[in-house]
Amino acid sequence: MTETTTAAAEIQSSPTAALAEPRARQLGVGADFLLRSVLPLVLAVGTGAIVLVAIGVDPIQYYKDIYSGGIQFGAWQDSVMRMAPLLLMAVGLIVVFRAGIWNLGMDGQFLFAGAIVSGTAPLLEHHLPNTLNLIVMFLLAGAVGAAWTIVPAVLKARYELNEIITTLMMTFIGINLAQVLVKGPFQDPTTTTPQTRTLDFRALLPSIPGTRIHVGIFVAAFAALLVWFLMSRTSFGLRLQVLGASVRAARHMGLDVPRLIIGSFLISGLFVGLAAAAEILGIWGYQRADYNPAFGLWVVPLVFLARLHPIGVVPYVFLLAAVSIGGDYAAQNANLTPRFTLLLVGLTLLYMALSEWLARRRELGGSYLPGVAARRRRAVARA
Amino acid sequence: MGRRKPPHQATRSTMATTLEPQQQTAAVELIGITKSFPGVLANDRISLAVRRGEVHCLLGENGAGKSTLMSILSGMVRPDEGAIRIDGREVEISSPRRALELGIAMVYQHTTLVPTLTVLENLMLGTGDGVRLNARRSRERLAELAGALGVDIDPGATTGALSLGQQQQIEIIKALWRGSRVLILDEPTSMLTPQGVEELAKVLVRLKAQGLAVVFITHKLHETIAMGDRVSVLRGGRLVGAIEPEELRAAGSEELHERIVNLMFRGDADEAEEVAELQEQVEGRRTRRSLPADPQLELDRVSVAPQPGEIGLHDVSLEIRPGEIFGIAGVDGNGQRELAEVIAGQRPLAAGEILFGGLSIGRLKVAQREKLGLRYVTDDRLGEGTVSALSVGLNLVLKQIGHPPFWQRGRIRHGEIEATGRRLIDEYEIKAGGPGTRIGTLSGGNTQKVVLARELSFDPKLAVYNKPTYGLDIKTTQAVRERIRLQAEEGVTSVVISTDLEELLDLCDRIAVLSRGRLTGVVENGPAAAGQVAELMVGRIAA
Amino acid sequence: MIVLASVFSEGSLAALLGGALIAGVPLLFASLGELVSQRSGVLNIGLEGMMLMGAYAGFVAAYYGGNEWYGFGGGMAAGAAVALIMVLFCVTWGLDQIVVGIAITLACEGATALIFDAEFAESRPTLGSADRLSIPGLSDIPVVGGRDTSDGSLFSQPLVVYLGLVLVAVVAWILHRTHLGLNIRAAGDKPAALDAAGVSVTATRAAGTLFAGAMAGLGGAYLSIVSAGLFQDTVVGGRGFIAIVLAMLARGRPMWAVTGSVLFGVSLSLADWLQINNINISTDFVFMLPFLLVLLVLVVFGRRAYLPAALALPYVRGAR
Repeated sequence: MTETTTAAAEIQSSPTAALAEPRARQLGVGADFLLRSVLPLVLAVGTGAIVLVAIGVDPIQYYKDIYSGGIQFGAWQDSVMRMAPLLLMAVGLIVVFRAGIWNLGMDGQFLFAGAIVSGTAPLLEHHLPNTLNLIVMFLLAGAVGAAWTIVPAVLKARYELNEIITTLMMTFIGINLAQVLVKGPFQDPTTTTPQTRTLDFRALLPSIPGTRIHVGIFVAAFAALLVWFLMSRTSFGLRLQVLGASVRAARHMGLDVPRLIIGSFLISGLFVGLAAAAEILGIWGYQRADYNPAFGLWVVPLVFLARLHPIGVVPYVFLLAAVSIGGDYAAQNANLTPRFTLLLVGLTLLYMALSEWLARRRELGGSYLPGVAARRRRAVARA
Repeated sequence: MGRRKPPHQATRSTMATTLEPQQQTAAVELIGITKSFPGVLANDRISLAVRRGEVHCLLGENGAGKSTLMSILSGMVRPDEGAIRIDGREVEISSPRRALELGIAMVYQHTTLVPTLTVLENLMLGTGDGVRLNARRSRERLAELAGALGVDIDPGATTGALSLGQQQQIEIIKALWRGSRVLILDEPTSMLTPQGVEELAKVLVRLKAQGLAVVFITHKLHETIAMGDRVSVLRGGRLVGAIEPEELRAAGSEELHERIVNLMFRGDADEAEEVAELQEQVEGRRTRRSLPADPQLELDRVSVAPQPGEIGLHDVSLEIRPGEIFGIAGVDGNGQRELAEVIAGQRPLAAGEILFGGLSIGRLKVAQREKLGLRYVTDDRLGEGTVSALSVGLNLVLKQIGHPPFWQRGRIRHGEIEATGRRLIDEYEIKAGGPGTRIGTLSGGNTQKVVLARELSFDPKLAVYNKPTYGLDIKTTQAVRERIRLQAEEGVTSVVISTDLEELLDLCDRIAVLSRGRLTGVVENGPAAAGQVAELMVGRIAA
Repeated sequence: MIVLASVFSEGSLAALLGGALIAGVPLLFASLGELVSQRSGVLNIGLEGMMLMGAYAGFVAAYYGGNEWYGFGGGMAAGAAVALIMVLFCVTWGLDQIVVGIAITLACEGATALIFDAEFAESRPTLGSADRLSIPGLSDIPVVGGRDTSDGSLFSQPLVVYLGLVLVAVVAWILHRTHLGLNIRAAGDKPAALDAAGVSVTATRAAGTLFAGAMAGLGGAYLSIVSAGLFQDTVVGGRGFIAIVLAMLARGRPMWAVTGSVLFGVSLSLADWLQINNINISTDFVFMLPFLLVLLVLVVFGRRAYLPAALALPYVRGAR
């Protein structure tokens, strides 16, 4: 390999580099799964318990409350509803991560698409039949979410400008622009609270008969299946995987790298936009100016735990949804902030990284960083 | 950081004590060094001594264990067994830092200078006292050391912009800067122009005179004979022979040549035979071939804009006939990759035109050229030529993504891919469990065979090989060269880019020389070709 | 005309400048730290978490210590402590810096909110306003002086602000004139060269990362102690990510981090200023102006951001 100077060097970390494919050969599928996916969760829950004890809260009661608040007594229906946006965002992340791209601007895409939807849906409400209005709104949200990724996508595709900077900047712009819209043109004239007009109850997403669960979950499930098919069965999926492995390899294989970058960005933005539509049209019916669930970063650990698998991520999404719904209840009972859930999510991610390290150190499984493993092999080969 | 006392006084003090180098204890003594990596015994009980005022050549093919041995000496790798003595005292070299403290410096094949820093900053890195950088004093020292070696270097130049020869000179100065008494040069000539090699030889003479011990790692025999005082030959991780200075001085060049070849290949009659056979084949082939006159590939004043750290390509014109094997000689980094990639379509043409079978392809994309029958065997088989996480089977069809029969209406057909994988694994004698094996688990040689299989299988018309045997063992090298020859006989036009002149003389019909991004001449292969190519390589090179 | 006169009155403009400093200084601290850690090859995405931890610890230390200097010290210590996780996971063990950074930010958001809630849920204490140092003479100059305005102006700021500005010069000096700085630059551009020169890449990168943590902690402490006078879980509010972007755009040059921070500070304070002066431009719109400006520059000039070659890559000895 020739040495090059670094005037235009690019960050070489990528979501795919952060994650090796499971090497079940050496470990056995079960042990691999336990070590990489279950152990981090267990450790995070354990550490969380220690923190709870330290601040004088009974952890057993707390976790029990999470369970009863997130699963029992019909609460699972709320958890399933929370799944819809989370799963859509996870699926969107999987597409860009597979292509080796860090889209860290999901919150901006989510809020901006949400603002557009909650601003326009009440306007069209009386002109369109409900179903048509909902479909139009989903399409609109998807388009807006996708549009919000165009600038980072084009800058990366054309100038190799690092997408971490640009997506972060776009997310700030998106969040602020959403507030401008909500407080300005979309402001509900009948209230002083900065929020949009409220969609009529009957104009929201219909529920699955016999439950409170809105049909947004079907959109999410369909998206997961679609992306799974796309990734594992089509040429597009393989192209993304080659791009994710190495941009140089993709160029060498004759792939249209700029188009793949832009395409994967747009698809991920589309799903984030759909997530916003599901949340606004399924649960809220309006958007407040200070609304920001910050789902974006939550989803990152999930897709890593599921090793970028669009179906494999489903149970983790349910777990997170239940923990976040039940966490609100448990926090209320214990008189604590619901942000405890964030601690659990963050710890899970840290322990996940740690378990990958343990696996690598003992040479049980593959490396967490395929690049390092390859380099190590090369070092041995040179010897 | 910088708390260490500057050891630069050592250079001068050792100069006084080198009156009779042969009588002293060795500067460095390696005793029974053994090192194994998973699956490889890289060093097997190697013992040797390096003396002051001597250039000690360490010879061996790729994979003979030279690099591992020197990595041990420079503290990058710890030995499993064995001892190291410096000036008769047993030491443990636990880190590169420790090696430096012991006066051992390594000059790597690929420079370890920081390309974004200036020459002076690179020299000050990790040396000197106190907190502040002392630029003035350092400048004076650089002038002094450069003067002693007879080289001229601008202290303020950004290192990445300098030629590889100059970078190597800085590396050597850096070693002297730290008062190193043992200098290890790892394949120092592989990146140099013939003129650069000459300059290096002069520098070595001065280093010897200053009483330094120099280890010179190489696999080139004539350099050994020209510059070495003592020779040790490694093979398969073992020390298989040594030539003492008296012998080296007494023997004639031919005799030494034979002796060293014998040492390097001893005990492997098969390989010796193979080499002999190969020689005959080549002799026969050179006279036999006659080629059609119309060119298959034409480059007309092709220029490529350089990327950072590159030279680019300037006004390159070529005509290559169908079925011809056309060689590109030159020192690494003189525009070889640019040439290969502009033909393959991986980088834009800045000016000029490329004609393929009379058709202008200069604006076509990689995939379109691929469809026309153009193939590119990259020199970066791990980073670019393969995707390590994918199976051998998928890697074999990576340039066919989306095309039948492997894809039908966008959907993958695993059966077809597997069948093709099996066929090619057989045909190219790839040692892999099957098409489902991850390619990342394969050896370098087998990975290269997968790349060749992919490029040469789907009806190629022109193939560009960039350093096709780089880093491969002798057997695979032979297999790869045989494959190139076979393809050419079937009518595939071939461009072989190599830094190994012997390889080009072995394979090619004509050889062109690329120097600083320009084509300096084209030579018909024949008895006089070696000399002519060497001339061309020196011809228009500044330094 | 009367409106304009009041808008551009001395007091009003001084308030704009003072507000710009209050908003810009925490960004300056954090982006200066991030810049050094990026130069050493560590992309510290956990900056937001480190600022939060610094804001919390700084607030608590100032509250119980009764002195803002305890707070600044405590904030730096807490930020550095969080950075230690980054050092352990990413520098020593070579795990992915972005994954670990996100984890740190999430965990710190959860942890600070939780601990604060457990301790101060009822009392919700606040701190008095910080002491300002009015530079004799200069602080009497209209507009930029700011001795008598509520938020101060250029020459009437808490001492820590001036120390911060001095620190910028010190960092620039260290990066370009000292061995440590040389080591840091080499660690980011070619760690193998640093290792071969006998300097520990791990130690150099650890130093850079810990510095980033301490500076982020100081920035956070400034937010809770000086800017807000209280702690709440939104006190940092994404400024950590802004600082990361600023550091990347500064391309390793401390003066650019200052420029960027001031630009953002002005726009943040401009929003308040416009509101006070009854000029009806949405504050949210003003907030996003600097980002829009930067993006516009990037789109129009299409330039690549310079980043150290080995940024976010773990160093493994002997691997190329």
